Amino acid sequence: MTAVAEIMDYDEVLDRFDPVLGLEVHVELSTKTKMFCGCANEFGAEPNTQVCPVCLGLPGALPAVNGKAVEAAIRIGLALNCQVAEWCRFARKNYFYPDQPKNFQTSQYDEPIVFDGHLDVVLDDGETFRVDIERAHMEEDTGKSLHMGGATGRIHGADYSLLDYNRAGVPLIEIVTKPITGAGERAPEVARAYVTALRDLLRALNVSDVRMDQGSLRCDANVSLMPKGASEFGTRTETKNVNSLRSVERAVRYEMQRHAAVLTSGGSIVQETRHFDESTGSTSSGRPKETSEDYRYFPEPDLVPIAPSREWVEELSQTLPELPWERRRRAKEDWGLSDEELRDLVNAGALELIAETVEAGAAPGDARSWWVAYLSQQANTRGVELADLAITPKQVARVVALVGEGKLTNKLARQVVDGVLDGEGEPDEVVAARGFEVVSDDSELQKAVDEALAAQPDVADKIRGGKVQAAGAVVGSVMKATKGQADAKRVRELVLKACGQ
Amino acid sequence: MSLTGLTASELAAKLAAGEVTSVEVTQAHLDRIAAVDSLVHAFLHVDAEGALAAARKADEDRAAGKAASPLAGVPLALKDVLTTTDMPTTVGSKMLEGWMAPYDATVTRRLREAGVVVLGKTNMDEFAMGSSTENSAYGPTRNPWDTDRIPGGSGGGSSAALASFEAPLAIGTDTGGSIRQPGAVTGTVGVKPTYGGVSRYGLVAFSSSLDQPGPCARTVLDAALLHEVIAGHDPMDSTSIDQPVPQVVEAAKQGSGGDLTGVKVGVVREFSGDGYQPGVQRAFDAAVAQLSKLGAEVVEVSCPHFDYALGAYYLIAPSECSSNLARFDSMRYGLRVGDDGEHSAEQVMSLTREEGFGPEVKRRIMLGTYALSSGYYDAYYGQAQKVRTLITRDFTAAFEQVDVLVSPTTPTTAFKIGERVDDPMAMYLADLCTIPSNLAGNAAMSIPCGLSDEDGLPVGLQIMAPAMADDRLYRVGAAYEVARDAEQGGPLINRAPKLEAAV
Amino acid sequence: MSKISRDEVAHLAGLARLAVTEAELDTFAGQLDQILDAVAKVGQVAADDIPPTSHAVPVTNVFREDEVRPGLTREQALAAAPAAEEDRFRVPRILTEEA
Ligand SMILES: [Mg+2]
Ligand SMILES: [Zn+2]
Repeated sequence: MTAVAEIMDYDEVLDRFDPVLGLEVHVELSTKTKMFCGCANEFGAEPNTQVCPVCLGLPGALPAVNGKAVEAAIRIGLALNCQVAEWCRFARKNYFYPDQPKNFQTSQYDEPIVFDGHLDVVLDDGETFRVDIERAHMEEDTGKSLHMGGATGRIHGADYSLLDYNRAGVPLIEIVTKPITGAGERAPEVARAYVTALRDLLRALNVSDVRMDQGSLRCDANVSLMPKGASEFGTRTETKNVNSLRSVERAVRYEMQRHAAVLTSGGSIVQETRHFDESTGSTSSGRPKETSEDYRYFPEPDLVPIAPSREWVEELSQTLPELPWERRRRAKEDWGLSDEELRDLVNAGALELIAETVEAGAAPGDARSWWVAYLSQQANTRGVELADLAITPKQVARVVALVGEGKLTNKLARQVVDGVLDGEGEPDEVVAARGFEVVSDDSELQKAVDEALAAQPDVADKIRGGKVQAAGAVVGSVMKATKGQADAKRVRELVLKACGQ
Repeated sequence: MSLTGLTASELAAKLAAGEVTSVEVTQAHLDRIAAVDSLVHAFLHVDAEGALAAARKADEDRAAGKAASPLAGVPLALKDVLTTTDMPTTVGSKMLEGWMAPYDATVTRRLREAGVVVLGKTNMDEFAMGSSTENSAYGPTRNPWDTDRIPGGSGGGSSAALASFEAPLAIGTDTGGSIRQPGAVTGTVGVKPTYGGVSRYGLVAFSSSLDQPGPCARTVLDAALLHEVIAGHDPMDSTSIDQPVPQVVEAAKQGSGGDLTGVKVGVVREFSGDGYQPGVQRAFDAAVAQLSKLGAEVVEVSCPHFDYALGAYYLIAPSECSSNLARFDSMRYGLRVGDDGEHSAEQVMSLTREEGFGPEVKRRIMLGTYALSSGYYDAYYGQAQKVRTLITRDFTAAFEQVDVLVSPTTPTTAFKIGERVDDPMAMYLADLCTIPSNLAGNAAMSIPCGLSDEDGLPVGLQIMAPAMADDRLYRVGAAYEVARDAEQGGPLINRAPKLEAAV
Repeated sequence: MSKISRDEVAHLAGLARLAVTEAELDTFAGQLDQILDAVAKVGQVAADDIPPTSHAVPVTNVFREDEVRPGLTREQALAAAPAAEEDRFRVPRILTEEA
């Protein structure tokens, strides 16, 4: 075992050094199928039941790109203010590892699908910090290993490993920041706020489950220090296995303190991968590799280049929902919140949920009160994050409506919510089980489509005339009108149907 | 004539007329295999039971008026590089000894759907790397014209099966000439379709951007019939071309009329001179004269960058193979060596690959690993890809002047087994003329054009056409074939020595 | 003229996961040298303004619908495994962790 590293007092670190961060976030897309094959992309299935010749890397099998994943990559890029490549390719990243069936990862190298963007993140005190985005690219996930024997189920000391390839080939988007400088003492907080903002953004885009606990959102934190006044970056370490937002902050802080201790005692930082240990809040060295990394990237010959047309990119930009920061600004205005109140909602992870509840028809006050009070309490007792409670904003809004219609008292309403949380079904089903009768009406989408078509008669005529590409504009306005909550594919179907296509 | 002496189209006609059954035809070929394959060693696996079952099915379908295709009931030899669920797929390697694929290659599926009877899997250079079939882990295949000589490679099993009348049809795959060069040295017809014309799904990859499956036969028409069975768009292969298949059967029938008036033929200037066996050159020149007589206008065309094709190929193919063959690591399938509880996964991978791959495969993996390494990529792989562009431009310019290009298929006739095994560069020269079409992706055919006068061994005429103009190969090939047979007194292949039936 | 050393060959063999023998180190060093000399002339013709060709067919944007297709059963997936346990592929202990 390696000895616990010396760490330096945080204030002293800041007296002597400026931190530089680089964050690499891997996002698993929530497409129906994997990146390059038609296997189901679902978390938690029985081992090796979601595999095929392609994702098992069997001899002779060939990849085929999931168009929906490309669409998601472009939408993410657009939301991150990135440019979308006119032309790009997949590349093979060659390295041997048992969890990787082909012993190369199909990824992108010097031609990412989107690049050069930024994300403005709001810190705890309401201040905004701009993080520049270097690139986001498409790739595939690896299988999962179970390490057997040895003491801890960890890779070190294991006798052998067992592999499940259900996750192999799941679509990943890797989002890489440019070096983040100038954050100073707030560097750990910036790191957490960035990953939080990214998570909220991805959730709003509806492209990923963004569950850090399940690994659908993973962050690798690169940290280096440079002496105060210097401009050349120091040697960096890359910390992996950071499985929660809080851990992102702790890991960065720990590495800053560890680097500072090593550097001030005359040592030097080894460029290496480090592992974060949740229980101790410290990092430990991964095994140094015997050979230097040489991935021998080259263009993937089995896949043809991707050249997103500007029309397609424009159509996708029309499908972007209201983004979290826009929503936040609007929430503050619409709901008449102080900076402090807004911050509390954000920190509680409640803002998005409240906003969605409001969009689903609830009054802001009711929505806020449900999420901040009863549901926060339920999240606490159930030991999950607010967003992971088994109730959706739509369902909360329905409960609010039932109360508004006088069909439920507040007390009964809480019982209905309990029922939903316990998996008894929709609010109306829970109500019905208790003898209420509720009429459900779900023609909202059709109404929005009709309104959008009426507002753009010339476009409607074009579609009727067979120019189905023109539907993009109408879909765009319906998505806007529905605050991005509608299913764009379904909207498109309704638009085309309404125009007799 | 015995059933095994007939061409696929003759067999198809007899089957259609009800003169023979597929079971009879299949049994005749199985008997022939049993009689001569111990001498030729064209097959790695023969599935008599499966073949007879498929034949019975073809007969039943035909009896019910539902013949699946013009080739329904006709037997075929499948190169062991395409996956099959009912026979092992070994790719000529110890690495995959006995491996049963859980899925059929698209080519395999299309053959089955067309009612073609798969007799077995043919021998090949390991992972399709070689020009002699000596690199098979299961021993060499012998050339039926002279069993001391190589049958070409990597598809030597398929070409030898045809030349020894063990099968009227075969499937090959062509990365640098592995269909055409075996065709040339065994006096058979081999076609590398336009890249993307035939699906690669289920073809165990050697070099993805070059590999292409194609038909092998004893006549141009037979190759065309098989071409139409296996070609066409496949969504499982992203590089597959989503366009109608060129009308190759129609073209072969048109060509057999023997008139090439209005066709412009370009002779590639770079593919002659030093290194070309005189007898090969003379046979080629005679073939060109024959094309002239058929009415074609013959001109000389220069493709200056073809001289760099071999170099580009021996960088691109090994690079891609070093990556494609990485999956053979003993973790999920195939050979595993050294799993004793002591060795780590990484060590077991290395021990397995060391033992499971033969010297040529290892050599190419090493070469490709080198060419892709940081610091060397630009000088090697990057430059090779630029040469690829220049070669494509040469073809484009040439096809602005002529309809097809011709050259010898390979500089020499079949060499002796063992002659070049210790000299990789000498071996690589066998693919000198075939490689440009792999790099550019256009269509090319080898058709027998007589025997070399100094050794009496077959010579191949290579015909090259633009991408998706595969039909031109068949028109010109069929016209030439008719004239050749008329002049030489019957099909060349009938002059192959009758093999002694082994007991 | 390129000269590949034994050390370099050993490094390549490591990258390629080939447990080559001492004798092979020498053989490969010589053969790779010979082959690289022969192919090096690709560097003579291809100038900077020539675009590289990675794909023979000039096609772009080939996408698959996001629809689930039947894959393999677990039994099929594991059928060829050199070792399996608990419905998973069993592999020797993994020493290093990578990207
Ligand atoms: Mg990556
Ligand atoms: Zn799959």
